[in-house]
Amino acid sequence: MRKTLTALALALATAGPAAADLVVPNMSYRTGPFAANGIPYADGFNDYFTLLNERDGGIGGEKVQVPECETAYNTEKGVECYEATKGSGALVYNPLSTGITYQLIPKVTADGITLYTPGYGRTSAANGKVFANVFNYPANYWDGASILIKNMLDQEGGSLEGKKIALVYHNSAYGKEPIPTLQASAKKHGYELIEIPVDSPGQEQKSQWLQVRRDKPDYVIMYGWGVMNAVAIQEAVNIKYPMDHFYGIWWSGSENDVLPAGDGANGYKMISFHGTGADYPVYDDLKKYVYDAGKAAGDGTNAGNVLYSRGMYAAMVIAEAIRKAQELAGTPAVNAAQVRDGFEALDLTEARLAELGLPGFAQPITATCADHGGPGTAMIFQWDAAAKKWNAVSDWLAADHELIDPLIAGDSAAFAAENGIAERCN
Amino acid sequence: MFYREAGDFKTTYRGDSQTFPIRFDRWRYYAVVAVAFGVVPFLINDYWANAVLVPFLIYAIAAIGLNILTGYCGQVSLGTGGFMAVGAYAVYKLMTAFPEVSILIHVLLAGGITAGVGVLFGLPSLRIKGFYLAVATLAAQFFLVWLFNKVPWFYNYSASGQISAPERTFLGHAVTGAATTAASKYLFCLAILFVLAWLARNLTRGTAGRKWMAIRDMDIAAEIIGVNPLTTKLSAFAISSFYIGVAGALFFAVYLGAVEVGEAFGINKSFLILFMIIIGGLGSIFGSFAGAAFLVLLPVLLKNVLVGRLGWATDLAAHVELMIVGALIVTFLIAEPHGMAQLWRLAKEKLRLWPFPH
Repeated sequence: MRKTLTALALALATAGPAAADLVVPNMSYRTGPFAANGIPYADGFNDYFTLLNERDGGIGGEKVQVPECETAYNTEKGVECYEATKGSGALVYNPLSTGITYQLIPKVTADGITLYTPGYGRTSAANGKVFANVFNYPANYWDGASILIKNMLDQEGGSLEGKKIALVYHNSAYGKEPIPTLQASAKKHGYELIEIPVDSPGQEQKSQWLQVRRDKPDYVIMYGWGVMNAVAIQEAVNIKYPMDHFYGIWWSGSENDVLPAGDGANGYKMISFHGTGADYPVYDDLKKYVYDAGKAAGDGTNAGNVLYSRGMYAAMVIAEAIRKAQELAGTPAVNAAQVRDGFEALDLTEARLAELGLPGFAQPITATCADHGGPGTAMIFQWDAAAKKWNAVSDWLAADHELIDPLIAGDSAAFAAENGIAERCN
Repeated sequence: MFYREAGDFKTTYRGDSQTFPIRFDRWRYYAVVAVAFGVVPFLINDYWANAVLVPFLIYAIAAIGLNILTGYCGQVSLGTGGFMAVGAYAVYKLMTAFPEVSILIHVLLAGGITAGVGVLFGLPSLRIKGFYLAVATLAAQFFLVWLFNKVPWFYNYSASGQISAPERTFLGHAVTGAATTAASKYLFCLAILFVLAWLARNLTRGTAGRKWMAIRDMDIAAEIIGVNPLTTKLSAFAISSFYIGVAGALFFAVYLGAVEVGEAFGINKSFLILFMIIIGGLGSIFGSFAGAAFLVLLPVLLKNVLVGRLGWATDLAAHVELMIVGALIVTFLIAEPHGMAQLWRLAKEKLRLWPFPH
């Protein structure tokens, strides 16, 4: 045991990248039941920073280092990864796990590092008055749920009175997040909400889909992740549930989720806060500087798919926030506190997106001290199984802020009271 | 040479029955305790505390707890994860309901609550044993996780079902929450482990431990010689669950700070701790430490060597790490089915004869 400790000390002494560059750790998961979704996201995240390093020499002339750390979607490994990388001057974390996010919120706040959780994490972190170091723009789980309901309202001619909507969710912090919104929305619109939990990892869902078959809900919403998504879509096909009445949140709508069900998945709908596909001009640069140069992350087969686009989206927003921080601080070598200010002053316009080679890819974001949640808009996409392609079937839809804002205020006030946090930005 | 009984004369019964009869062992033990309490707290940083030492200390408490039940009393349990969850949720409810009370009291009370729950789920052990009891405790595991997921009262009606530990202090130092220093985290866990391990060692070689071992070795014979199976089995469940509850409380409040029951206290946790005591050695306090160290430190060490030093891709390293740990477990158990504690015992036997083996 003592030998082990000595060896461990030696191994630790040499770990960690050299300081002085901009460090953005990538807490990824390429193993375990969530790997099918974790891999494309991590590849997109890495490839975008590789592009910046190869094409522009980094951000503002400073190279970006992206040390990768495997979490396997496990909170204990997440803690290890956070502690292992924070000493190297990490500027911002993007753990892609709601469980790890909950754990890191107090830690990053104490350490003055930024936590960026686009489309996941703690929804009420949208309230910058309470959560100074956490940002979850452009949209959160509650936005997603309310936009889905809005889309159903449009389909039903404006009323969901007497309808039944089932929520099939990953029985974890992530899957439970939309429940308060949907309950409030059910009261408002007069539909019945059926909650159907699926225990992680969700390889076995026969009984849940039997319940769907028995209750015959008019719509099914899924908040799933990893292997659960593909299994649920296959089960829905098996019970012949009409796929165009089956909606997934953005974490339940990637190619890896629908492809296993083949033609049966045709018509499945998902919601996303960014575009997908490899038709954006940025892919010309990616091809030239990254793919053809043999520098692509992973096996290079994921370019352009939904989760790859989302990883790239997160990397793009982080890079823009760092650029803003450099502008504010007047130096390219920014520290974690300056990057946090950059996130809070971020003004991502449509013109800037076009400049980055991503025109129409996402909605503009204007962050303020109080608003860390962004516009809360998203689009609905539908799966075309024959063409193996996601097609946009709606314009950008806005969330029901009248419903969500009081819920966010309530949840963040409870957090502030529990932890003795005074409101900022007043 | 220096490792032998000869020349170390015991003149009292007390001296004769001490835990470390060999002088060298005794000094080694004092040295380890002195370094652990007096040196490590000054050297420790956040990484060593949060990724290596605190999880090791907490898993060691849980392993001692399970070893009392399975190793000493022979009652196989697969409910460890569920009992740790009881400790975690108990300490959460206590620390949010009574914020002014010292966290140490909450941790001990959480252990007490878990002991009660453990006795309840230990009742079937009076009728069934072996694999059947394992299945009954498995039911406890699934029921408890389901309960903490289902009833919002346990997680104070938070939106996501997560529980998060607010800042609480002990003697003026924060031991939970984000402002906790590495040293206070480590010392808090170490002090609890030290007291509990000392208690366990003395319990297991006293009347209580002898009764447990009698039941383990042959329950009918034990009953005939006057050991009451009811109180013996239930006391093993109670004390074991107390340890596991304390471990669960520390795991949530001090180590992770926020948990979600299905992920942190699932069936995997029960197996992990069972593997710890099997690899470490059933019926041995040292074995609990050795097993916890093996399964907590080895993956971190391998990760740092493969990714940090050799620069492998993280996914390849994660897969190879699983294979290496698995292979080592199999090798260990083939070489020594009684675990690392037995290896240690053999090493001590050989040391006594060194350098003149016969």
